[in-house]
Amino acid sequence: MLRDIFITPFVDMVEAPDFLMQVLWEGLVSGVLYALIALGFVLIFRSSRILNFAQGIMVVFAALTLVGLHAMGLPAWIAVAATLAVMFVLAVTIERVVLRPLVGQPDIILFMATIGITLFLIGLGETIFGGENKVMITGELGIPTGDTVLEPFGGLLILQHLDITVVLVAVALVGALLAFLNYTRMGRAIRALGDDHQAALSVGISLQTIWVLVWFIAGIIALVTGIAWGARAGVSFALEVIAYKALPVLMLGGLESITGAIVGGLMIGVLEKIFEIYWGQPLLGGNTEAWFAFVLALIVLLFRPQGLFGERIIERV
Amino acid sequence: MKDTEGYVTADGRQIGGVLMELRNITLKFGGVTAINDISFDIREGEIRAIIGPNGAGKSSMLNVISGFYTPTEGSVWYKGEQRPKMKPYEVARMGVARTFQNIALFEGMTVLDNVMTGRLTHMNAGILSQAIWWGSARDEEMENREKVERVIDFLEIQNIRKTPVGRLPYGLKKRVELARALAAEPSILLLDEPMAGMNVEEKEDMSRFILDVNDEFGTTICLIEHDMGVVMDLSDRVVVMDYGRKIGDGSPDEVRSNQDVIDAYLGVPH
Ligand SMILES: Nc1ncnc2c1ncn2[C@@H]1O[C@H](COP(=O)(O)OP(=O)(O)OP(=O)(O)O)[C@@H](O)[C@H]1O
Ligand SMILES: [Mg+2]
Repeated sequence: MLRDIFITPFVDMVEAPDFLMQVLWEGLVSGVLYALIALGFVLIFRSSRILNFAQGIMVVFAALTLVGLHAMGLPAWIAVAATLAVMFVLAVTIERVVLRPLVGQPDIILFMATIGITLFLIGLGETIFGGENKVMITGELGIPTGDTVLEPFGGLLILQHLDITVVLVAVALVGALLAFLNYTRMGRAIRALGDDHQAALSVGISLQTIWVLVWFIAGIIALVTGIAWGARAGVSFALEVIAYKALPVLMLGGLESITGAIVGGLMIGVLEKIFEIYWGQPLLGGNTEAWFAFVLALIVLLFRPQGLFGERIIERV
Repeated sequence: MKDTEGYVTADGRQIGGVLMELRNITLKFGGVTAINDISFDIREGEIRAIIGPNGAGKSSMLNVISGFYTPTEGSVWYKGEQRPKMKPYEVARMGVARTFQNIALFEGMTVLDNVMTGRLTHMNAGILSQAIWWGSARDEEMENREKVERVIDFLEIQNIRKTPVGRLPYGLKKRVELARALAAEPSILLLDEPMAGMNVEEKEDMSRFILDVNDEFGTTICLIEHDMGVVMDLSDRVVVMDYGRKIGDGSPDEVRSNQDVIDAYLGVPH
């Protein structure tokens, strides 16, 4: 038994490095998506102290809207643009109807409000587009579906073109987002607001504008994740669960760290896959991906309550 | 009383007309009256000080001017016009920059980035152009970078440009906060106890910077300070507050010889 836990998995890894690479790749693909979603959480949390429960449903809603609009006759890319417009309207509406009236309320009230948003979006999505499962318009969007076979170490490594596309798009999106946050006025304003509300106000930053902006960014992220995940698993309300994976990512990476979200997302994606393949399936009957990330996050928190990257600056008054 | 002539200071500087005027300001928090029917003005180019014992309502007054608090009664006049109720960010965009009594900086960002945020009110490239038209937003960025570098040189913080603000000692943080406010090229600069908690040397530096800013850029400055000596050296005119009321207003010499002010500072019971 101890041998199965401590030795066999590593022997397997060394003996079949090509398979290990396959596992790592697949973990990485999921990890990239977890990181994206966590980034959406972090941006919203930093600028408004809101733990956005609705992030998951926004993924579903964006994917549903895209597929739905296409089904109504819009060409695929026009449907993407229209979905982005819908996400923008959603961001403006949330700021006006939910955030602005609740500003200054305790965090828990704001959290509850995002549960309200979740329920509303479920209802709205079902009413307009119906609740049944749908197929993502992968082909129509020009996302390649074949695969490339590599032969590292004389073995086999199969890379789905869909996965490659997802990774490339996600990396581009994260890169663009980081550039935006670091080198533009609005980006700097978003970071500033996350650090100190009062100071942000004093340099002319409008809370409202930033809130709309971060919710819109979260909407863009939701759409990209929705397309990527929908292409693999179909579009249904079950998609929402991938957003819950962002929770352990945030526990690891910290609610406020952009780097933490990215590194945490990738780590969880890769580690849960490795655990599933080398320990979960042989020893625990599989399906460990459903809970592994949470257990990992809890264990890490036992030793580092501030998360992996939480280097809280002690405030001097 | 509407003289736009101004006056000449003891050291020979010409002070202009009224830039900002507070008329009968009252501010209440529940039962507490933080400001009780106070009026005074700030003239173009002068260094105006607000002094008073702890809890006198000085910071509250600065918060009213910068839009963080909305007065219960009274009005704020700016450049001859009554200012409507405004949010702090709107006041900032009108050219009012400030620092805080308990330093409010972006701790996670570098000194340079902190000071850059001071330029936000001067950056106009729209969200879209920033996201898509990389070009125009970038030109603006470069232009603002230059201005910021000048402020950084002026306040002699070149050597910490890339340091995250969270790591700086208190005195330097105060200076960075001043830099951020200056970067906005404000028409009024509000400083809430810019020298609090500093040692003698740091205080001297800060005094020099404040005088230099006023001298070189002609910036109108309204500052709160506890240290009477510093106030007397720096300011052209002084408002004295005590328990939310104004008990004195005039040149440092006038204020120093005012009996109410002496009583308030010596703690004569009310
Ligand atoms: N946001 C607020 N809510 C409730 N009361 C407040 C608030 N801000 C200030 N006060 C009260 O108003 C009064 C004046 O406070 P203020 O901070 O303006 O004084 P101050 O002159 O700046 O004092 P100090 O020298 O200690 O900084 C105090 O009684 C304070 O408790
Ligand atoms: Mg004060």
